[in-house]
Amino acid sequence: MKHTLAVLVENKSGVLSRVASLFSRRGYNIDSLAVGVTEDPEISRMTIVVQGDDQVLEQVTKQLNKLVDVIKVSDIGVDDAVERELALIKVSADVTARAEIIQIANIFRARIVDVSPKSVTVEVTGDEGKIDAIEKLLRQFGIKEMVRTGKIALVRGSKKV
Amino acid sequence: MTTGSTEKVNGARALIKCLEEEGVDTIFGYPGGQIIPFYNEIYDSNLRHILVRHEQAAAHAADGYARATGKTGVCVSTSGPGATNLVTGIATAYMDSVPIVALTGQVPTFLIGNDAFQEADITGITQPITKHNYLIQDAKELPRIVKEAFHIASTGRPGPVLIDLPKDVQNAEIDFYYPDKVELRGYKPTYKGNTQQIKRAAEEIANSCMPIIYAGGGVISSNASAELVELAETINAPVTTTLLGIGAIPTEHPLHVGMLGMHGTKYANYAIQESDLIIAVGARFDDRVTGKLESFAPNARVIHIDVDPAEISKNVKVQIPIVGDAKQVLKSLNKYIRCCNSEAWIEKIDHWKKEYPLNYRQVSPDVIMPQFVIEQISEACRDAIIVTEVGQHQMWAAQFFKYKKPRTFITSGGLGTMGYGFPAAIGAKVGKPDKTVINIAGDGSFQMNSQELATAVQNDIPVVSVILNNGYLGMVRQWQELFYDRRYSHTYIKGSVDFVKLAEAYGALGLRAEKPSEVRPAIEEAVRSGRPAVVEVIVECEANVYPMVPAGAAINEILDIEEHADTPCAMPDLRKVKVDGVLDLEEQ
Repeated sequence: MKHTLAVLVENKSGVLSRVASLFSRRGYNIDSLAVGVTEDPEISRMTIVVQGDDQVLEQVTKQLNKLVDVIKVSDIGVDDAVERELALIKVSADVTARAEIIQIANIFRARIVDVSPKSVTVEVTGDEGKIDAIEKLLRQFGIKEMVRTGKIALVRGSKKV
Repeated sequence: MTTGSTEKVNGARALIKCLEEEGVDTIFGYPGGQIIPFYNEIYDSNLRHILVRHEQAAAHAADGYARATGKTGVCVSTSGPGATNLVTGIATAYMDSVPIVALTGQVPTFLIGNDAFQEADITGITQPITKHNYLIQDAKELPRIVKEAFHIASTGRPGPVLIDLPKDVQNAEIDFYYPDKVELRGYKPTYKGNTQQIKRAAEEIANSCMPIIYAGGGVISSNASAELVELAETINAPVTTTLLGIGAIPTEHPLHVGMLGMHGTKYANYAIQESDLIIAVGARFDDRVTGKLESFAPNARVIHIDVDPAEISKNVKVQIPIVGDAKQVLKSLNKYIRCCNSEAWIEKIDHWKKEYPLNYRQVSPDVIMPQFVIEQISEACRDAIIVTEVGQHQMWAAQFFKYKKPRTFITSGGLGTMGYGFPAAIGAKVGKPDKTVINIAGDGSFQMNSQELATAVQNDIPVVSVILNNGYLGMVRQWQELFYDRRYSHTYIKGSVDFVKLAEAYGALGLRAEKPSEVRPAIEEAVRSGRPAVVEVIVECEANVYPMVPAGAAINEILDIEEHADTPCAMPDLRKVKVDGVLDLEEQ
């Protein structure tokens, strides 16, 4: 089962490597990891998607909490959170294919952010399922290159993690 | 927040002042290029610096010092190879939760990342084996970081902390002030147990007929022995200890059932397997303790008291977790408990004790049995601090010495570091100069740090090493005998060195015992001499450690001497023993 963890950490050098090496050392798998500074410049927030049953999740949470630079670890439930991921997808597109790609992009409320004679770059945000879906549709044209940010998430309502 | 007025000093001097503020009076170390500024300041300070002969020994000595005294040990080395030589010692301390602070020199900040001479990324290297570590980038941060390092090392679940000190940081001038307190929002250990949980635990105990207390190193490090014994006596429950928990209850206490696990007593293993309630205190259900997890204590409910929440339900499912300091939790638990209905249970255990005592067979009257040596040490040096290396001798020291107090058995349990004992014994003796300190060693382990004889002699640290010389890397040989058809691949090390001459070459006292009657006098003479001493005891070469639970078996599936008789062995079987491919003819 997949879990989304919101991890507040000290915004210092070396923290990312401590977190990453903890996962590899203890044998936990990271599906994705996104990190950036929060409203407090001294604190960064990592959103980590991790595979495992409840026991694995419990150990991951406890081990993360043992790191001195980790301030707080929260498991964000699927139902009560806004989850987003951003992807940039560069699709092979000659003149004939371009219109169809733009049409697909519109359906997904994605944006065309770059066009060249032989390619179109699409920017799309959404949850994992949406990005997987557009990727699948664009594949027929030939995806030259693709980059995804990994998931970020916020709990719904006024509650903070 | 500051204490006193500020003063302009360089980073190296500031570090000395920080150590003084932390109450450090002794450090173990070895100088080198990138730590010279600090050594330059040590020269004028009141710190006692013990110069070792290998940085690994500095880390082990700091560890032994910490385990013997309860204070935080400090070791220091230069950058690069000096720092990497500390690694085994740091890992040893990490596995056994020992508070040490390791200080390493580093190339100047402007050279970091350049593959400079003697540069190693020691904070990267030690990340998985330290509780926390620091690379100081700005000398102004030094006092705060040192304060934090000592706080982190010694509180919560103790452990090693490393501080990497670039040379320019040591030389930079700062306004020195030492902070009063640390502010670490990500580090707040829980000490006081949850009262509801403690009450539930007391209820659980009251309902149990076959409880057992399983005490680990956490009892020693939180100084909770008195509370533990009170708990045991009040509820009338047997106490088994882990290797690191030895000393938490006196060996001869009637409720003590000895060590459990792979080389535990039969009765401790039978008792935990049959128990209906395990009260685990400061222990972590290590694989050497539980054996095959699926068949471990099948009928027992588990109360687990530990300061580290990550240890709870890591290996064994726990019904009543109590996160907190062992001493504090036991103190409050003791207020709620009453005697439980365990007479029949204790009777059963006493019966096992009589039926399956720890034992060994004297293979012939002239041969010195290694277990006999431990018994002799136990009688000759009743109040000694026993330190060990790692291997068969370590297990015999755990089984056959009669311990009376906590912090009198010092050994590398988690990492199992050969070469730990001698330098750790030096550290223990420095911390507890009035105590007799005996390092029980094997001929293999002792040679991993025997150069520290020079440290002991130069600094006049009268540690006695008793080497049980069986000519083998005995524990591996035992496994080869039992599980690899006696194929003694590269475990035969006889004739590697004359330990008496080795001791004498360093200016230490060297003695040898070759007959049982010579053992006691040699040990007594070594202790009486007041000098660093080595007692080489030539012991039966194929003695085995029993009882033994084979790896992967349930812990009540125990091999014992009866099932696996020691074969009398005056000399190794030459058809099977090769020394570098050449038969050792001297043995014939």
